[in-house]
Amino acid sequence: MSVSTLYSLVGSSLFCLGLYGLIAYGHLLRKILAINVMGTGVFLILVALAYGSREISPDPVPHAMVLTGLVVSVSATALALALACRVQENTGSTKLTEDGSD
Amino acid sequence: MVPTDMVPVIAWPVWIIFLPLVMAIFAFLFRRRGAQLGIVTALGLVPALSGLTWQVLGNGPQQYAVGGWGVPLGIDLYADGLSIIMLTMTALVGIGTTIYARGYYSPTGEAKGTHHHQDPSLFWPLWLLLWAALNGLFLSADVFNLYVALELLGLSSVALVALAGGPSAVAAAMRYLLVSLLGSLSYLLGVALLYFAYGNLSLGLLAQSMTSFPASFAAIALMTAGLTMKTALFPLHFWLPPAHANAPAPVSTVLSALVVKASFYLLLRLWFQVFMNAVTPSAALLLGILGAAAIFWGSVQALLAQRLKLLVAYSTVAQLGYLFLVFPLAQGKGTGFSAWSGGLYFILSHACAKAAAFLAAGTVLYGFGHDRIDELAGITQRLPVTMFAFAIAGVSLIGLPPSGGFIAKWLLLNAALAGGQWWWAIVIILGGLLAAAYVFRFFSRAFSYVEEVPVCRDLPWSMELTALALALAAMALGMIFTQPLAVMEIAAPLSGPVLTGGLP
Repeated sequence: MSVSTLYSLVGSSLFCLGLYGLIAYGHLLRKILAINVMGTGVFLILVALAYGSREISPDPVPHAMVLTGLVVSVSATALALALACRVQENTGSTKLTEDGSD
Repeated sequence: MVPTDMVPVIAWPVWIIFLPLVMAIFAFLFRRRGAQLGIVTALGLVPALSGLTWQVLGNGPQQYAVGGWGVPLGIDLYADGLSIIMLTMTALVGIGTTIYARGYYSPTGEAKGTHHHQDPSLFWPLWLLLWAALNGLFLSADVFNLYVALELLGLSSVALVALAGGPSAVAAAMRYLLVSLLGSLSYLLGVALLYFAYGNLSLGLLAQSMTSFPASFAAIALMTAGLTMKTALFPLHFWLPPAHANAPAPVSTVLSALVVKASFYLLLRLWFQVFMNAVTPSAALLLGILGAAAIFWGSVQALLAQRLKLLVAYSTVAQLGYLFLVFPLAQGKGTGFSAWSGGLYFILSHACAKAAAFLAAGTVLYGFGHDRIDELAGITQRLPVTMFAFAIAGVSLIGLPPSGGFIAKWLLLNAALAGGQWWWAIVIILGGLLAAAYVFRFFSRAFSYVEEVPVCRDLPWSMELTALALALAAMALGMIFTQPLAVMEIAAPLSGPVLTGGLP
């Protein structure tokens, strides 16, 4: 198994693990972390694909994609954390209730 | 005579993206000037969009390499008939919403705010950012740039929903954000697979090299799942009604009329241009069945809704279902263009009608301080213009002639019957009946005559007139249909006659 394949598989597992966490846990902080784990999985796959093999130099395009993706991910996490704080201020709970509409 | 390649081509696509983006930054820096900057953006986009439309009508699809870099290093922008339709829809609804929001967030209105605390100074930068993201999405020519535009769109939409404040709006925004991020990540994984399989990201190059390769199927599945979630296709629609119903009126309008269409636009691009050789009829059938389920489920929920804005939001769930009928209908023999133009016509007319309906519902909430349908008897006596706008929008949502909704449904019906898929025709007709039921349920209250009419506070005239103008635009689409159809035909991926049995 090549290094690239190994990391791609690890990335896919992280994606699935994050997806499970997002669905299974109610706590908002856990959900936000799960989303980040999923994102890391995708970035790992992209980096692994860029690596290719030891002989040729890595492909820069996926690197650029990961850098852009990281910026997006940081901004999204910031917004999510701010919203999670607001949810707690408003409802006193760190979970979303079943019925979103009042 | 000057040869055509010597004529300097003005880079309208760049203007269309950068004007709202720059104005968004200005609106953030100069908080008090938000409304003026919004109006300037709306006015500035009209000549830019007209210029681009002119170029596309005259010379066919336009490709533009930003900064002269080109693929694979730079970013390419691309405009064809589909992009023009989407950009025009955004401009129509955007201009209407901008004028409405100027009145809605005016200082006099703020003093007696009906809802929780709303900060109008933050609305403008976010709305202009959302506008820039929409325009960028409709002009992007590579799948990764589309991802960035999709994320910008999602983040600004969520922030706008949260602007309303209060427990239900914040919870709705949080749920919307989680769904939106999940959808984008699923899409991004699909992008990674496409790059792995084909070594490039450009829509045009991918379309040429697409084959039925396992990685293609995985990419289609991941991207479609992510995007249908963002388009709120049944059963992934659960986040939409609370988010759209709890947002401030101008925000509900752009979310329901424009934002959900953006991810659907991307589905159309991918399915009919990039994955044309790889998608299977059974996958198209599945999307159609989910669309049909959305029509029934959304309509029934709209019938049961106690609040007007929730009714309009569930109506969006139902109406989005029709869009997904395009996928199976386009599989019929010779009905490709009929289904394609029907879907695009539905997008256009629904955008105008739904914008009018949400603006009118927002005016009702603003005027009376609540939107409980049972307590809105006789409001037409207080808000005749707004209710007239709602009525016209309702006619288009139901699909009665001579509205844009009628033309759209006619084209879809034609594709269903001519392509030998009559069962979709039954879905379309029943959906229209259900729409009539939920629209008239509200009208029977609003248009009834009562002695003691509820008290309505003063509103800026612009709020009433913008809803009316958008409703009339939905109606005009039913009368002027040759020009929109001509634009839809430019570089359309599906060919065939508009109507197989002649014009109605």
